[in-house]
Amino acid sequence: MARWERVRSRSPRPTPAPWDDAPPDHGPETPFVLAVDGQHGPVIHAVSTAAADLGITTGTRVVDVRALCPDLVALPADLAGDAAALGRLTLWARRWCPWSASDGADGIVLDTTGSSHLWGGEAGMLTDMSARLGDLGQETRLAVAPTHGAAWALAHYGGTQEISHPDALRARLAALPVAALRLDGATLLTLRRLGLKRIGDLMAIPRATLNRRFGRDGKTLMTPLRRLDQALGHLPEPVVSAAPPRRYRQVQRLAEPILDPQPSLPGLMQMLCQDMARDGQGARAIRLDLYHVDGRVTGFEALTARASRDPAHLYRLMERRFETLDAGFGFDTIAVEATRIEHQSSAQARLDGGDDADVATATLIDRLSSRLGPQAVQCPAPRESHIPERAETWKPALRGGRADLLAPGGLGGGGMVAPARDRPVRLLQTPERIEVLYAVPEGPPVRFKWRRKPYLIRRHQGPERLSPEWWRAAASARLRDYYKVEVTDGARYWLFREGIAGDGRGADPDWFLHGLFA
Amino acid sequence: MPPTSETRLPAVTEAFGTARDAAATALVLAQLDTLGRSGPILWVQDRLSAQEGGLPYTRGIAGIIGEDKPILRVAARTAAEALWAMEEGLECAALSAVIGEVWGTPRVLDFTASKRLALRSQRSGVPLWLLRPDAEPGLSVAPDRWHVSAALSTPNMLDSRAPGTPRWMADLFRSRRRPPGIWMVAHDRATHRLHLDAPLRDGAVGTGPQPIPAPDTRAVG
Repeated sequence: MARWERVRSRSPRPTPAPWDDAPPDHGPETPFVLAVDGQHGPVIHAVSTAAADLGITTGTRVVDVRALCPDLVALPADLAGDAAALGRLTLWARRWCPWSASDGADGIVLDTTGSSHLWGGEAGMLTDMSARLGDLGQETRLAVAPTHGAAWALAHYGGTQEISHPDALRARLAALPVAALRLDGATLLTLRRLGLKRIGDLMAIPRATLNRRFGRDGKTLMTPLRRLDQALGHLPEPVVSAAPPRRYRQVQRLAEPILDPQPSLPGLMQMLCQDMARDGQGARAIRLDLYHVDGRVTGFEALTARASRDPAHLYRLMERRFETLDAGFGFDTIAVEATRIEHQSSAQARLDGGDDADVATATLIDRLSSRLGPQAVQCPAPRESHIPERAETWKPALRGGRADLLAPGGLGGGGMVAPARDRPVRLLQTPERIEVLYAVPEGPPVRFKWRRKPYLIRRHQGPERLSPEWWRAAASARLRDYYKVEVTDGARYWLFREGIAGDGRGADPDWFLHGLFA
Repeated sequence: MPPTSETRLPAVTEAFGTARDAAATALVLAQLDTLGRSGPILWVQDRLSAQEGGLPYTRGIAGIIGEDKPILRVAARTAAEALWAMEEGLECAALSAVIGEVWGTPRVLDFTASKRLALRSQRSGVPLWLLRPDAEPGLSVAPDRWHVSAALSTPNMLDSRAPGTPRWMADLFRSRRRPPGIWMVAHDRATHRLHLDAPLRDGAVGTGPQPIPAPDTRAVG
């Protein structure tokens, strides 16, 4: 299993509520798989070492494996996230040579021509690669070969670190199985039925015969003959390396160290914003690096709620950080960089000279977040759910929050429809346990004690029964009976009883106070 | 026409109440001018008020203010941070209102702080509603100061055992616009209007001796 898949499965999950079961906690000895949606239910996409030891293979269905191995932990795989992580790793691999490309879903191909001597030869480069990728938690299979096809074959079917020289290439390839030629399943099946197991068997067959047998089904790019020629270098197979993303960075090197970097910042920001404006981009995250004379580097980062290339606004986000800046002996280099950019079309100013309302709101979000922290400024994040605290949570407005909800009229639909039911104005962060006197087993509450103060209920409305979300919650989750009650001094509360007596999901039901009505 | 003293008053209102019910919150929401100003509501809470009184719940709020008004919530840690966030919000004229919630009576929220808030609110025209759960009323420049507590709801026509339309006992104990008074307040959701009824001055018959109320000589309304 690749590292980004494991990191993904280890990423923090939202804290569970007291009535939710804790997420399955799996150690290294628990069989653990990632699954993708298949035609007949989820299909295993990747397996952990413990699962592989039990004989679980990719491509089988999760339900079949679970019948054999009940304590299997299966999580959905994130294929798009894997591809993005591989793309980043491909760019990072350019530390060894300037020409790299991702190869399939789990491979990287590097064109190391003319670069290996920088690492003390090919063996030294492979050692460095396996050490650095090992530090990242990656298990690697590395190979150096004269052609792309041969390198792929040796990496997948050869030793862990193999270097193949041009004169020995033909003999080494002949010993590998035919699957090392990057063929599709149907061709492999045909070859197996013909009794051709090794690449050497294919080499022994006359070219004309191979050409006549394969390639009539429209797959001329993946015939054994063509793949063999590519692996041996008779056909060219260039590596197409993607251009690195454009960086927006402005650096100012100073002749004399300065103690206060603020006067030079507006000019730098101006140049950065002109750069971005030329390409129609705006910054979502901006970073300022101050290089001290004594070698230290101080970095500040600021995020914006929507793409911006307004130098004055970006400068204001940084401004507050200078209050606590330790200048030391001074700075000799200042760099500003837009670390995350987004497309931003030019906007026209309004005829009356005013700002757009949503621009003003986004500016406010940026200012508040830069001082109070990105977690402190929140937007509602509505969800399709009937569990009250799940239906509406608060997400940071900067990171993926629904900032579009703040636009005028932005709340139409999307689960935020007019309340069909009576809902409280305020909802407690977590429901608080209360002591309730009620008619057993399913009667309405009569009196309760909340935060050490007794209340006598005069009127009540309910119950409104909310079932747990069986498709998500654990099987032991209990239903809730919600009551809107009015106590003697007039305050109105939202109580619920979790479960009913004798539902077989725990002891006597507990009561909670969840919200305050108007 | 020169501005009268009435229009020059800052749009700052304080509502005191207990954190154990939502009466003050509801009265503030019922008075929000939802049609006059567009844009989101900035709702600033310090940590204690969120812990004691919970978070605003948009579905319930939409039931009072009648339309879906987006809310931008600021979770400040201390009262000083909450005051700073309110000041920043009052600078932004794109907001429809700023609701600030500060629990208790912190030292930073004094007369000077309320004066700063009022000046900013006057400059940008954004109204400020200060919710003061579990607070002692100190000095403040707010022209209107309410003390709100929950009251029994009206009888429910459909179900005699259920609560009906919510009502609150609102005590306008300091005001520079009108004479102070105590009202039983109900909110009409259809027209988004407040109904202010003077409560009965005499108790119910047969509940024993009552303190004789002083004769009300002031004309109210």
